[in-house]
Amino acid sequence: MVHTSLDVVDEKISAMGKALVDQRELYLGLLYPTEDYKVYGYVTNSKVKFVMVVDSSNTALRDNEIRSMFRKLHNSYTDVMCNPFYNPGDRIQSRAFDSMVTSMMIQVC
Amino acid sequence: MEGLTLSDAEQKYYSDLFSYCDIESTKKVAANGRVLELFRAAQLPNDVVLQIMELCGATRLGYFGRSQFYIALKLVAVAQSGFPLRVESINTVKDLPLPRFVASKNEQESRHAASYSSDSENQGSYSGVIPPPPGRGQVKKGSVSHDTVQPRTSADQQEPASPVVSPQQSPPTSPHTWRKHSRHPSGGNSERPLAGPGPFWSPFGEAQSGSSAGDAVWSGHSPPPPQETWVSFADTPPTSTLLTMHPASVQDQTTVRTVASATTANEIRRQSSSYDDPWKITDEQRQYYVNQFKTIQPDLNGFIPGSAAKEFFTKSKLPILELSHIWELSDFDKDGALTLDEFCAAFHLVVARKNGYDLPEKLPESLMPKLIDLEDSADVGDQPGEVGYSGSPAEAPPSKSPSMPSLNQTWPELNQSSEDTAIVHPVPIRMTPSKIHMQEMELKRTGSDHTNPTSPLLVKPSDLSEESKINSSVKFASGNTVGQQQAGVVAHPPAVPPRPQPSQAPGPVVHRPVDADGLITHTSTSPQQIPEQPNFADFSQFEVFAASNVNEEQDDEAEKHPDILPVEKASDSASSLRVAKTDSKIEEKTAASVPANVSKGTTPLAPPPKPVRRRLKSEDELRPEVDEHTQKTGVLAAVLASQPSIPRSVGKDKKAIQASIRRNKETNTVLARLNSELQQQLKDVLEERISLEVQLEQLRPFSHL
Repeated sequence: MVHTSLDVVDEKISAMGKALVDQRELYLGLLYPTEDYKVYGYVTNSKVKFVMVVDSSNTALRDNEIRSMFRKLHNSYTDVMCNPFYNPGDRIQSRAFDSMVTSMMIQVC
Repeated sequence: MEGLTLSDAEQKYYSDLFSYCDIESTKKVAANGRVLELFRAAQLPNDVVLQIMELCGATRLGYFGRSQFYIALKLVAVAQSGFPLRVESINTVKDLPLPRFVASKNEQESRHAASYSSDSENQGSYSGVIPPPPGRGQVKKGSVSHDTVQPRTSADQQEPASPVVSPQQSPPTSPHTWRKHSRHPSGGNSERPLAGPGPFWSPFGEAQSGSSAGDAVWSGHSPPPPQETWVSFADTPPTSTLLTMHPASVQDQTTVRTVASATTANEIRRQSSSYDDPWKITDEQRQYYVNQFKTIQPDLNGFIPGSAAKEFFTKSKLPILELSHIWELSDFDKDGALTLDEFCAAFHLVVARKNGYDLPEKLPESLMPKLIDLEDSADVGDQPGEVGYSGSPAEAPPSKSPSMPSLNQTWPELNQSSEDTAIVHPVPIRMTPSKIHMQEMELKRTGSDHTNPTSPLLVKPSDLSEESKINSSVKFASGNTVGQQQAGVVAHPPAVPPRPQPSQAPGPVVHRPVDADGLITHTSTSPQQIPEQPNFADFSQFEVFAASNVNEEQDDEAEKHPDILPVEKASDSASSLRVAKTDSKIEEKTAASVPANVSKGTTPLAPPPKPVRRRLKSEDELRPEVDEHTQKTGVLAAVLASQPSIPRSVGKDKKAIQASIRRNKETNTVLARLNSELQQQLKDVLEERISLEVQLEQLRPFSHL
């Protein structure tokens, strides 16, 4: 899984060269032979990448749902960034952020 | 929740307890802080207390309504009797003794309570109280001390509590728990002469004296938290002592600021203690916060940037994680900067945290910036301090808090200012002014161009009909005059044309004649109307245009030219519409440069700038071109223009209204025609395509062969 996500990141980097404006990138299709899961990528304008790994056992989420999840994620992330006490690169410890992410995941499951 | 049946004694007892807890005098909500203290005094283990709270529904509701409170009390009795906690047990257990709440040092309590109550009444009685505290502290050592972080409660509450509380030795557990909290943040109450930072009333108890000193070392921080002090039941006497001490410690503050704020804080505390809103900011505290805000940002309506706020709050020596959380709570609009309200909330949270209050998960209602419709938020986080960092949220979902009105009163100006700063101002897009301006510009240009009979403006009317020619000539004349005369006034008439146009010419020609008429009419109308009308015209043009770019083809009516390039024309007309209906030149120009104008379909905002540019160019191009297309567009523009004018004209002339109505009708017909024509064209094109495909198929076999 880790390697997969790394590959995903690499692919994104390559995608950066071209349509940089493309905000969301559905990286469907990454179904491992053994583990069937999908990896979704999302790049912000500031080159921050969100990677979402979803188990395909959960009736494949619709594209819209994924996108809305990423959007919410992005919004929460910007809120976290606004905090001057947060150093970019640190592990995000915001409770609000965590609760948002958790609620999102629960919603899906 | 099951119905609760209470015996008479229970009823009375419970109501007494409820009034004790009903600090805010809401008669229906018992403050969580009080209730929790009460439960702690019941000498029940913490998890039992939590269970009780859950069972009674308080966790669900977030506050203790009277029924929840009664149920909780009953459960306390159940638990104290050793029965398992069940919802059914509240009614099934018979002969349940009244729940017992522990209080220590009865005589001291009563004495202190009395003295405190008296003190709380008087503001200046601090000094009298000072002596007792030191002695108390020592006495306390022996007894179970209550580590109230800050004696927020008023003596009044304590008094009623005394009778209710049965004099028993409070178990050591609760004090310890409290002590932990109290010790941690507060700056010593025994250290009264704490210089600077706020005298966070450290709980008495042995240990506190030592720790208090160090904790509140926050330069210049005043002791706002007093109000947020916990008062445990068992600690009633100590609490009163604490309270008395507070005034004393406050008074002893050497720092001028602290002293001043402390004194006022005491007074305020007394007053607000009745509210028992742990998160309420007293006036004094507020004043202090405002002063602090000023030191960073002189403009009270301005923002404190994140970096400055970070530095400031880092001085409080709270862990970064907590500061980060405080920031998240207080930066309400998530803009990375703190308004005065946000800053006060953040400051208040820091103070609370330093005093041992756990941070809530959500911003308490009293701390929310006023600009938003404050909903009832829970006083979260205060009471369950002992439970843990995240304990509070679970227990205190939003609850109605009477503090709102008081808060609103307290900070009316802040509300306004914060509203101004916090609310994101929607940028109203004013089409009108720009249009007016544009139209004026156009008018000026058109005016100058009108001198040329071949100018697009002229073309419009003339193409449409002879009538229009006349009209156009009139227009031109007016336009000329406009050009010659003052631009401002002159501009109006030409700009106006679109409106009046409908009135004049019925049918397709309407557009043109309307223009002419409009010119004429408008010239006669007051200048005031003119400016507005053009705007409307533009508005309608833009909107209509955007909606029906293709409609321009309706210009067939103009008939000047066959629809050579309907699309092109449409685009031209669209562009021309935008520019200014009256500006036929522009239309021509647009016709020429239409393809580029496809953007017309874009937002109305786009048109205004384009027309302006167009106009400049059109002036030169208009002359040579006699454009049926432009005419069409002009017609369309006129029609479109007439539409927006409707709203405004209502307020003006009947004539204008009627004219606009007529124009709209004409526009409708024009557009309908255009639509039908386009559809026809579409069909034709499709047929051609089909035929071509068939041919291709026929040819293919040959090629393959």
